[in-house]
Amino acid sequence: MKPSKIDILQGTLDLMVLQTLAALGPLHGYGIARRIEQVSGNEVLLNQGTIYASLVRLEQRGWISSTWGTSDNNRKAKFYTITAAGRRQLVDDTRYWERLTSVMDRVFAMKPGDGADPA
Amino acid sequence: MSRLKRAAGRVRAFFNKPALDAEVEAELALHLEMAIEDNIAHGLSPGEARRLALVSIGGMEQAKDKHREARGLMKLDILLQDLKYTFRTLGRDPGFTIVAVLILAIGIGANIAVFSVVNTLMLRPLPFPNAHQLVWIAPPPTKCGLSCATYSTDAYDEFRVHTRSYQDVTGYFAFSSPGNLALSMGRAPIPATSIDVIANFFQVLGVQPAMGRAFTREDGLNGAAPVVLLTDAWWKRQFGADPNIVGKAFDMNGKQTTVIGVLPRTFDFGAVFSPGTKVDAITPLNLYGPPRDWGNIITLIGRLRPGITIAQARGDAEAAAPYMCWNNKQPKSCGQYKGAVVPVPLKDYVSGRLRRALVVLWCAVGMILLIACVNLSNLLLARAAARSKEFAMRGALGASRARIVRQLLTESLVLSGAGAVFGLILAVILVSWLAHQGAIALPLLSTLRIDGAALAWTLLVALSAAILFGLVPGLRMAGGNLHESLKDSGLGSGQSRKHQRTRSVLVVSEVALACMLLVGAGLLLRSFMHVLDVDLGFEPDRAAAVKVEYDDSAPNEAASIQKRTAIFQQILARVSAIPGVEAAGISDYLPLGGNRAWGTPWPKGIKQPDNLAGPLVYVVTPGYLRAMGTRLRGRDFTWDDGPKSENVIMIDQAFAHFLAAYAHWPNDDAVGQTLSQGGPDMRIVGVVDDVHEESVEGETGWQIYYPATQQSPSSAELVMRTTLPPAVLASSVLRTLRDLNPKQPAAEFRPIQMLVDHANSPRRFFMFLVASFASLGLLLAALGIYGVISYSVTRQTQEIGVRMALGATAGHVQRQVLSGTLRLAIIGVVLGAVASLATAKLIASLLFATSPWDAATYIAMAIALLAVAAVSGYIPARRASRINPTVALRAN
Repeated sequence: MKPSKIDILQGTLDLMVLQTLAALGPLHGYGIARRIEQVSGNEVLLNQGTIYASLVRLEQRGWISSTWGTSDNNRKAKFYTITAAGRRQLVDDTRYWERLTSVMDRVFAMKPGDGADPA
Repeated sequence: MSRLKRAAGRVRAFFNKPALDAEVEAELALHLEMAIEDNIAHGLSPGEARRLALVSIGGMEQAKDKHREARGLMKLDILLQDLKYTFRTLGRDPGFTIVAVLILAIGIGANIAVFSVVNTLMLRPLPFPNAHQLVWIAPPPTKCGLSCATYSTDAYDEFRVHTRSYQDVTGYFAFSSPGNLALSMGRAPIPATSIDVIANFFQVLGVQPAMGRAFTREDGLNGAAPVVLLTDAWWKRQFGADPNIVGKAFDMNGKQTTVIGVLPRTFDFGAVFSPGTKVDAITPLNLYGPPRDWGNIITLIGRLRPGITIAQARGDAEAAAPYMCWNNKQPKSCGQYKGAVVPVPLKDYVSGRLRRALVVLWCAVGMILLIACVNLSNLLLARAAARSKEFAMRGALGASRARIVRQLLTESLVLSGAGAVFGLILAVILVSWLAHQGAIALPLLSTLRIDGAALAWTLLVALSAAILFGLVPGLRMAGGNLHESLKDSGLGSGQSRKHQRTRSVLVVSEVALACMLLVGAGLLLRSFMHVLDVDLGFEPDRAAAVKVEYDDSAPNEAASIQKRTAIFQQILARVSAIPGVEAAGISDYLPLGGNRAWGTPWPKGIKQPDNLAGPLVYVVTPGYLRAMGTRLRGRDFTWDDGPKSENVIMIDQAFAHFLAAYAHWPNDDAVGQTLSQGGPDMRIVGVVDDVHEESVEGETGWQIYYPATQQSPSSAELVMRTTLPPAVLASSVLRTLRDLNPKQPAAEFRPIQMLVDHANSPRRFFMFLVASFASLGLLLAALGIYGVISYSVTRQTQEIGVRMALGATAGHVQRQVLSGTLRLAIIGVVLGAVASLATAKLIASLLFATSPWDAATYIAMAIALLAVAAVSGYIPARRASRINPTVALRAN
């Protein structure tokens, strides 16, 4: 049996969406969902439908904007673009994420006996 | 910032639901299409491609729900849904809705109205700035009336000089009588009432005139030009709210008096200091004129310095008392106020006595609300039983228990909200009616209104009512076993039996509460009957009084007496000649109104005990006692008791009895004995019945009567005993008086019964309210009993049918239902009676000549309650006995 997929942590989906839009430019909902799945190597368990809740949250905060346009195969689709405020937020979030992972790295680096006082 | 934007976005989204729903629908549709295409491109069959696409989306509906949740106000959405559903269900059952809202409206309305009364009289500060600093300075209660509750002007001055805790002290002339101001504007003088106040009165109270200025020190000095301040009401009524009134002068009591200002609408002298009376104008008291020698005439009101406690103020006053003299020219009178200068918070003086009554009233109205809630609980339970299948169905379809309770609570809130709205309307009507009951001698009543606090109280009451009556049925419903309900046939099994038990408990508590209310009301009613039965010492019915204007000014006292005697004799002769007038006389004070004392005349050669409360003084003409219906032993004054003949007096029985015992008069008889008080001897020619001069309920001090032909009355109240209803004679009497004296104002013709009613008005008011609450409680309890019994009969239709088919007679069935009813009622009555016995002490101080454990009242109330219960049980019992077995058995 193959290992089960990773559940997406609360709040990380919004960050993934922002980063995807920052890296790839305007995309529609399906495009974003596909991209995230591809980048994760299909390792995350993504209910694609939840993307739309994330998108409406980000838009209400003013971090992304949306316009109706035409898709590759000539269909009317809603395209999302990251805004300047969104980019600033992304920088903040990325920094926070890096700090968190570095802390987690150090925590996991602990080995039995490390607790002994060096002095 | 982004948080704020988000909130705004949510609100926008909430109001833009259809468009946003359509948009996300379109997005999801496109998403699905593209996913299917991709999957087909990967070589899947169209069916499988679609299935996998749907799986990866994770459910279209869920995606939409998540979207709505993320963008809008989910909670509000649910609330709106619940509300919509509630309105629909309530609309389907208008009978229930109307009854429920009506019960709640009455319960909540009564609560708001009583809260407004309690708030105005007890909770809210007096209508003055920093009212907590104001104190009323008076001696402890005595039996000698107002004269022992007031101070001399000398004492006032000394008090001000010798105290440090007070910012300032003021006061007013306590002996003003109604109609003491005659305003002449062309035609007959118009009677009005004015109060003389010390010039700093408004500064101490912190009241600013709405127009013009308040009094200054100069206004109260000798030779000052006469000035007057108008109350807002009189200015509007008498002067047409003339905006240029300040500076105009009018003939008041024969003097050109300048209006210097109009008082604000919020200032009502009577409401604070003299409940139930109307004051039209305020005039300055000349402290250094004649009042200097009038003895105790002013009441004291002080404003404490910030931070001074009442205990400090009391100590300060006690220390100042030895310096205060009744009259500075009589060194012997100095120090006589020792122990008689006690400041209390003005608020306590104004409404302190009423606190207990108000608390009782508040409890009574709270009980009404409780009964209303219990009743509603019952109604809702009956409904819930009928709806149990609906809820079971909703549960089966996935509604959570919380959601069902929320739905039920929403219904309760909607009901109580509607009840509160109608209750508020009811309360506004009640309160504005009460505010205009000038005849009720309760303080601050005219300032009654529905204010912010009352609205907040409404909200609180409505919410707690909703929780109270909604919770029991809500929990019962939601806690029930769903499967059980679905299977339950609704009649005679599991769930409904449990309901029936709950409902019986509710009815019992309702009856118990109603019983407590009834007992309380019964005790108050009995007290009131006792009060009406009190022998007042005079007969109020068919007697009336009118204030008479006369002018006895003369160069010396003898000439003045002569002039006055002639005037009075003429008035009485003319009035007595009017058909329908049986007897007529004049007194300067009437019972249950103002009064005064002049010290205590005493038998010569016998030492007078200390601290004797002097008798109340009445200066009367011959015939006054007969007109009042007061019995007399010995003889009445005659017109021959003049200034040159022997000085004569009459005294009341209590005083006579005390003197006779103290001085060892033969036969215990005072008639014929003499008393003196510095001047010539005064012979007691008559002993008069004790008259309730100060209050109907309290004990009254001794009384002494002087003839108006030997002493000077302070004013004249003409009293008539009539064979016709007094009101019929009003115009002919006034015409006669006008004939004799064109300056006679169109004074009010007051039946003596009105004075008694006025004195009894607070008791009548409280009794009336408690009695109406009790009747309301009884009605609600009857409704509750009827509801429960009627429901149980319906539930048992089949059972009764079977029993009747097996030979039970109609009478048998009827008896059984009735005995079930009475069992509930008896349990309720017993519980209520026990609770009443336990709490009766609380209202003991409100009762008059009635024990709080008065057996007759308890028994009467229990019988009344059981009778009502029997009647409300009889209707369903009759229905039960008419059940047709064949129909009942076929019905299910």
